[in-house]
Amino acid sequence: MLLQRLRFLPWLPAYVVIYFLFLYLPILLLPIFSFNNAATTTFPLAGFTTKWYGSLVGNKVMLQAAWNSLIVGVSVSLLSTTLGICAARAITRYRFRGEKAAAGLIMAPLFLPEIIVAVSLLMIVLQLGTELSLITVILGQTVFCVPYAMSVLVSGFEGFDRSLEEASYDLGETALGTFRRVTLPVVAPAIVSSLLVTFTISLDEFILAFFLSGTEPTLPVYIWGQLRFAAKLPGVLALGTIMIVASVVLLTTAEMLRRRAEKRAQATLT
Amino acid sequence: MTSLAVSAAANAPSPPARSRWLRSEEARGLAMISPTFLYALALLLLPILIVITYSFWSQHYLDIDHTFTLENYRQALTEPIYRDLFVRSLWISLTVSIATVVFSYPVAWFISFHGGVHKNLWLFLVTVPCWTSYLLRVMSWKVILGYGGVLNTGLMGLGIIDQPMTSLLYNANAVVITLVHSWAAFAILPIYVSLQKIDRTLIEAARDLGDSRMRAFLRVTLPLSLPGVVSAFLIVMIPTVGDYVTPRLVGGKDGVMIATAIQAQFGKGANWPLGAALSVTTMVLVSLVAAVVVLALRFCIRRIR
Repeated sequence: MLLQRLRFLPWLPAYVVIYFLFLYLPILLLPIFSFNNAATTTFPLAGFTTKWYGSLVGNKVMLQAAWNSLIVGVSVSLLSTTLGICAARAITRYRFRGEKAAAGLIMAPLFLPEIIVAVSLLMIVLQLGTELSLITVILGQTVFCVPYAMSVLVSGFEGFDRSLEEASYDLGETALGTFRRVTLPVVAPAIVSSLLVTFTISLDEFILAFFLSGTEPTLPVYIWGQLRFAAKLPGVLALGTIMIVASVVLLTTAEMLRRRAEKRAQATLT
Repeated sequence: MTSLAVSAAANAPSPPARSRWLRSEEARGLAMISPTFLYALALLLLPILIVITYSFWSQHYLDIDHTFTLENYRQALTEPIYRDLFVRSLWISLTVSIATVVFSYPVAWFISFHGGVHKNLWLFLVTVPCWTSYLLRVMSWKVILGYGGVLNTGLMGLGIIDQPMTSLLYNANAVVITLVHSWAAFAILPIYVSLQKIDRTLIEAARDLGDSRMRAFLRVTLPLSLPGVVSAFLIVMIPTVGDYVTPRLVGGKDGVMIATAIQAQFGKGANWPLGAALSVTTMVLVSLVAAVVVLALRFCIRRIR
């Protein structure tokens, strides 16, 4: 059926397959070489081993970096999702003057070279005499994550039927009660999805962490330090494989929840 | 239920104007968005204004001289090293954005017109690689393109070449390939969105009136998808100009871009005002290119109409 419709473009399915190979090749190579029993990354493979994963277990510096990444990731996802909820609700629920300008500023990090955001934050932190720490990383990454949180949340909130809330008020429910018993159940999947997406971004984010982390590296900053040593590469590949698996799991969950949120929002309309 | 509430509200005595404004839609909207807005104001706009201010100051050893000067901009624009870096950064990011759009368009078109019921799954599969660690993807390209890398050893194993190619890694080409890979999804999504918006009956009409499929594509589908093409172009172009990781990892000497110079000026004891001027110049150049592209699109659309 598909091939029949594409008869006039016989090369297109082949092109799409090659494109996806190109897209996934670098990501598939990491796990392959992380199980390879050699310190070099060449074919043919030298045999199966899990020793590179074993070497991560006793690596205190790496474990500390992983812990730092976890602290940053959880804080960033909570903070940016909270800020995202405020903005997304304001935009989907109310009409007000300055709405476009405010939303524009909040979304601006998407349209700025990241190094400029990083440099300007570094300047203000040093200007204030504040020490670089995980807190500065958290504050910086949040600026960068709010736009992503917002786009997930806006699509989750968009179809929400306002009359449901009004009905709840009419029936004597308080504002808080309405939020807890009417609004929250409908938008909860979007909120969880936003938490997962922002956590994933924070886990992988490098530039802001590189500029703002001082002496407390996150995982990507730790990896950056290791890349200078060729001998450390297999360990990095093992760590990278774990991070990629984590990202894919988090994203798939986020995507499923986002779709459920969209469906629920649509269901309330009908 | 709602109509009851409305009539009840209409019968209620009207409160004083100020408290009525506080309960108005406008006030509630502003109150709701203000935490996020203030956060962006304090941690995005204010820092950038400080960078702009610094770019007009100068540095003597470790002290900042607060007298207004354009010296940093003169250096940024005329000294060969910075001029070359700007030219190369712009050149690389334009090449990357054009290549990304051209390679991604057929895929977006395929998903939109032939994705069937699995469109969302296709889109998700396109985005997955973009969400996984940027640093590791760049490093993976180093593994692929290196002297003893996957491509060289693979091609030698197949007997296609008998000596490793050295021209793959540590140059501008490697930077372009890696960036095209990194930004693929950011081009596919906006193009897909604009293709989805096209009214399919227009294409049928063109076909009924005797256009070939190719002609219908060139005269109907392509022009109508131009807004998506332009946003894809901008979404890729703007961030890649200032990319730091890719040039450092796969660029070698000939692939260095402006971010490396900016970072160097903000490193130990270097020149903050000059670094600030380089940053501001980058932002201005990016905005200029973006403006030119948007104006060109408007011109194209007017011509078509």
